[in-house]
Amino acid sequence: MLNYIIRRLIGAIPVVLGVIAVVFILTTIVPGDPARIMVGQRGDPATIEKIRHEMGLDKPLAVQFVDFMKNALTFNLGKSYRNNMTVVQALLIRLPVTIKLAFASMVVAIIVGVPLGIISAVKQYSWFDYGAMFFAILGISAPVFWVALLSVVLFCVILGWIPGTGTGNGEWIYYVLPSVVLGLRPGALIARLTRSSMLEIIRQDFIRTARAKGLAEKVVIMKHALRNALIPVVTIIGIETAGLLSGVVVTEYIFSLPGIGRLSVEALVNRDFPVIRGVVLFMAFLFVLANLIVDLSYPFFDPRIKYD
Amino acid sequence: MEAKTEIKNIAPGRAKRKIEGRSLWMDAWLRLRKNKSAMFGMTLVIIICLAAIFAPYITRYDPYDQLIWKEGASAKLAPPSAAHWFGTDVYGRDIYTRVVYGARISLQIGFAATGISVIIGVILGSLAGYYGGFIDDIISWLTNVIFAFPFLLFVLALVAYLPPSLPLMYMSIGIISWASFARVARGQVIQVKGMEYVEAATAVGGGDGRIIFKHILPNILAPIIVQATLEVGSIIMLESSLSFLGFGVQPPKPAWGYMINEGRQFFLSGQWWWSVFPGIAIMALVLGFNLFGDGLRDALDPRLKQ
Repeated sequence: MLNYIIRRLIGAIPVVLGVIAVVFILTTIVPGDPARIMVGQRGDPATIEKIRHEMGLDKPLAVQFVDFMKNALTFNLGKSYRNNMTVVQALLIRLPVTIKLAFASMVVAIIVGVPLGIISAVKQYSWFDYGAMFFAILGISAPVFWVALLSVVLFCVILGWIPGTGTGNGEWIYYVLPSVVLGLRPGALIARLTRSSMLEIIRQDFIRTARAKGLAEKVVIMKHALRNALIPVVTIIGIETAGLLSGVVVTEYIFSLPGIGRLSVEALVNRDFPVIRGVVLFMAFLFVLANLIVDLSYPFFDPRIKYD
Repeated sequence: MEAKTEIKNIAPGRAKRKIEGRSLWMDAWLRLRKNKSAMFGMTLVIIICLAAIFAPYITRYDPYDQLIWKEGASAKLAPPSAAHWFGTDVYGRDIYTRVVYGARISLQIGFAATGISVIIGVILGSLAGYYGGFIDDIISWLTNVIFAFPFLLFVLALVAYLPPSLPLMYMSIGIISWASFARVARGQVIQVKGMEYVEAATAVGGGDGRIIFKHILPNILAPIIVQATLEVGSIIMLESSLSFLGFGVQPPKPAWGYMINEGRQFFLSGQWWWSVFPGIAIMALVLGFNLFGDGLRDALDPRLKQ
């Protein structure tokens, strides 16, 4: 197991290096001189030159690249152009909100998606099945930001069940709506996948055997079928983490949540390149990590998978 | 073609059903036609495409025409009525007209960006699958790197600083979203590469290029078409998120996402139509592509359905 973890971590290194390289290329080809952005319109040439030197922008690109690579690997991501915070500080301040939001919406997605998928599969071609799958495809097709907007109007303005957007004093009620909205798409995907995966499994011989030996239907479905059907679902949860991180951007924007997604939009508007680099790198690392965790969780669902 | 007519002449109707061969595509089409939700999706897509093409003929106003200068204050944020089916916005522009013209932007970006990513992805994926070894390692590494990025943020970071132009936009979306096609193509090529007909083509001296393009690609087309159909929908969704955040397509162009954002504050105070109708349009179009893509998958891969 430990061996496998180490092997996987080593395997992730080229991907991480590639991510850093792409981020560097991305922010280098972008038009606009960072030094000038930092100084503002009124800066005189001498000051700009000085800042360019301080930031290492006067060095050859190859040297800049190696520096950037070194710094990124040691989490030295530079300072924000806007305030004097380091990028890592800026990220860490915003992180708890995003973690709460992403975690809560994944929980929503799983709690809603898996049972819907199971019932739809067990009652294939029933009204429940059609209804659930209809809502699932709507959930995949509706733009997150639009659903967010509709839900704000409905639950905050019309019904008044939820005090409003923002984080208030950090009460959990402020996270309910954003998590449900953000969890909609992964929930719909999980429901569809659980259904099709269950349908495949319940036609197999070992399920027939389980039924033949007189097990209760509940046990057959929940113990024998579900556990086998969950493998692809676990995979999609890993993949959807990336989608979730993208969804965080618009969701936090609409609900005025001060998380990493909002930070990235602010940084884009302000041309705060170190912060943009930091956010993109950070999210890519998170994605690599999420997939590693998913890989490691397979044996839990299917003991036949072993890592030696 | 000739053989078919001959048979018809000899025994019209009766022999036809027995003898006439059906291609794989024809078979798939017959299966697709029976799938109601797929046909519904296809209809949605076709209707919206036709609306986009014939936009000037089905709308009464100009999408940029600010009617408050002609009709006065009554044209400002007018609710839906017979004259303005979807109401008007704060400048007195007809929202129905803008939604119809907005379809042009979304479809253009959806199709063009998907086209670019299919070309890049299929070429890279086939090369990786066909040659294996070092080439495969490099391309698979690149695919994994691209996959690791949060898609929306990646595109945002690119589009935010490019000069606002549609071609630049679909090129940047295209060069970021090819990874899924590369994965599908690579897997398929590896599967097909070992088949006898490829061996036969190699045996008669076919070059690599000929084998890839003439023998392998036509046989891996089905999963790529399915993937591409679903991709158009997700790129349209992506574009609308971009323009909602104020990046990408610039106003006054009637991008759906941007319209939703413009109408946001008015929605909160009760003038719902500015934000609601473009959202329905996005959902209808994406839903169309998703239903159609799902149907195509079932039709082209009958194993799944059974």
